[in-house]
Amino acid sequence: MADPLAFKRDTLSLHAGQKPDPTTGARAVPIYQTTSYVFDDTEQAASLFNLERAGHIYTRISNPTVAVLEERVAALEGGVGAVCTASGQAALHLAVATLMDAGAHIVSSASIYGGSHNLFTHTLPRFGIETSFVHPRDTEGFRQAIRAETRLVFGETLGNPGLEIMDMPAVAAIAHEAGIPLMIDSTFATPCLFRPIEHGCDIVMHSATKFLGGHGVAIGGVIVDAGILDWEASGKFPTLTEPYLGYHGIDFAEEFGPAAFIARARAEGLRDFGACMSPTNAFHILQGVESLPVRMARHVENARKIVAFLDGHDAVSWVSYPELPSHPDHERAQILLPQGSGAIFCFGVKGGREAGRAFIEAVELLSHLANVGDAKSLVIHPASTTHQQMDAAALEAAGVGEDMVRLSIGLEDAEDLIADLERGLRAAARAAKGR
Amino acid sequence: MDIKVDGATAFAATGGRAFDPSLPVTVFVHGAAFDHTVWKLQARYFAWNGGSVLAVDLPGHGRSEGPPRPTIPAMADWLVALMDAAEVGEANLVGHSMGALVAMDAAARHGTRVRKLALLGAAPAIPVNDLLLGRSAEDDHHALELLTGWGYGRRAHYGVHKMPGIWMTGGGLRTLERAAPGVLHNDLVATNAYEGGEAAAATVACPTLVLIGARDLMTPAKRGHALAGMLPHSTTVVIPQAGHIMLDEEPDATLDALKDFLID
Repeated sequence: MADPLAFKRDTLSLHAGQKPDPTTGARAVPIYQTTSYVFDDTEQAASLFNLERAGHIYTRISNPTVAVLEERVAALEGGVGAVCTASGQAALHLAVATLMDAGAHIVSSASIYGGSHNLFTHTLPRFGIETSFVHPRDTEGFRQAIRAETRLVFGETLGNPGLEIMDMPAVAAIAHEAGIPLMIDSTFATPCLFRPIEHGCDIVMHSATKFLGGHGVAIGGVIVDAGILDWEASGKFPTLTEPYLGYHGIDFAEEFGPAAFIARARAEGLRDFGACMSPTNAFHILQGVESLPVRMARHVENARKIVAFLDGHDAVSWVSYPELPSHPDHERAQILLPQGSGAIFCFGVKGGREAGRAFIEAVELLSHLANVGDAKSLVIHPASTTHQQMDAAALEAAGVGEDMVRLSIGLEDAEDLIADLERGLRAAARAAKGR
Repeated sequence: MDIKVDGATAFAATGGRAFDPSLPVTVFVHGAAFDHTVWKLQARYFAWNGGSVLAVDLPGHGRSEGPPRPTIPAMADWLVALMDAAEVGEANLVGHSMGALVAMDAAARHGTRVRKLALLGAAPAIPVNDLLLGRSAEDDHHALELLTGWGYGRRAHYGVHKMPGIWMTGGGLRTLERAAPGVLHNDLVATNAYEGGEAAAATVACPTLVLIGARDLMTPAKRGHALAGMLPHSTTVVIPQAGHIMLDEEPDATLDALKDFLID
């Protein structure tokens, strides 16, 4: 935004959504560890409950510490507002539940986080919501999969685990032609590497547990409302354009305009589903957001060094990273992600499953666990962990092979990481010879 | 609700309650390229506390049909025509920025229709920056960015919206982006050209509130005070730290000033 007085990204990371605490002068964001808030008088209380005045009522719905994080992520993504949730999965569920009812349909990229895939495939159908999956590179496939009852197109900035990069502007245009939003999970990219709203996305979500928090200490999620889609013109979203009896007949699109979606997500979704973020978790994640631009630059710098080490290594059969010319989305990455394609990527260990197991058991500095986006480097074997719920066909559709190892490169010295990886690859080579 | 005005459908939000012209009516008028949603909190308060509300979309804005009116007096005449169509004999008029000029012009020329007048971010004249006018003539997005940047006060650029999780300048920019091509330029030209402010102010017979943002860059506080001095029956309230878009920056202070003034 070329607003002449607007702060730049690095400044927003530190200051958006916060003024020094007016009571104590505290410079850091205080942890408002409270469930509820004293009303000035009965009139103010009534006004708060009826959305005549804005403010905090109960921490399940909003909290001052959480609100700082919400504004900060909304500012970084270029949205109108945000709602933080108990986890990234809670963020995805909140968006779905705010947009649609039983009988609705979702079109999703096939290359997404295993937990999201599970929600779409196995859990949401119990509530009458079906999902069709499309390969993220099959742009026209998204159009063909959209039905009259489709209410959402979903994808990830960097597909999981293949780092596929969809033609987001084109997919957004297809969604908008159908009058429905494009929602993007941008956890792997963060707003420091990519801002989906600038490319047509309507709702951005993050697992804040990952790079936003950055230190592996707090679970959280967030959805950001771009405020661009005209829900009224679409005519497909009665939750946003018809009177809601659960809130005195409020019509969110009429009264909140571009903030209709995020207003309903909070007023109904947090109130009734209750998957709110705790103030302490918001505080921990805020510490990460404050250094996010600096950390992401280092994450990418380290990832590039590791990719260069692995690419062409004798014990490595392939490396999938969009900055490599061998990646199918290399050209698109150069256009959409010039700041870097993140720090999470996969490679194949020669020798298959046994070699992969030997590799993971031999590395010491890299931690074997089910998370990504930590300051510390992480390693996992997706076929046996994050994607283990998927059958063989779904694994193949998602591009997950048995030899695939996923790395999340942290902030350690790259030379130490390379030494650790070399140790693991030697073990893998021995295992491969012993087959 | 939709109302036919001059043969076109006009829209006015009613604060979440059915409109009842038998109650004390307050009419809210937005500024250049904005729409009724800027009044969301204040409109709900008046609608749910003994009054009835029409937060209008001026012609060509928001959900109202028709070409935007080219001058402030033409907008004021449309506003009175809307009151006629809604069977409102007398109302409080509340206007922001360009909408304040519209409300003041209506009060000056249709004095019997206005019970009380509240002017937010107002001045006897509101000359528009040449760069902003030029960019708006080209429907350049930069015009919206300039308006957001100068409209919101310095403090608002840090955020801290009263509505939890809302990014203030982001919401303002998106609201402006919803205006149809040409609407912002129409409004800025009309605002820039309006020379009847001093005469209108002197003619306003009803009690008038002048609500000033102390850090307003677009209608600086001293110009607001000057306007108050021209109005025969004025009350002035200054909101510290607020910029030009005080109704979004400081919604509670804005509401407090309005209800203290408008509700007997």
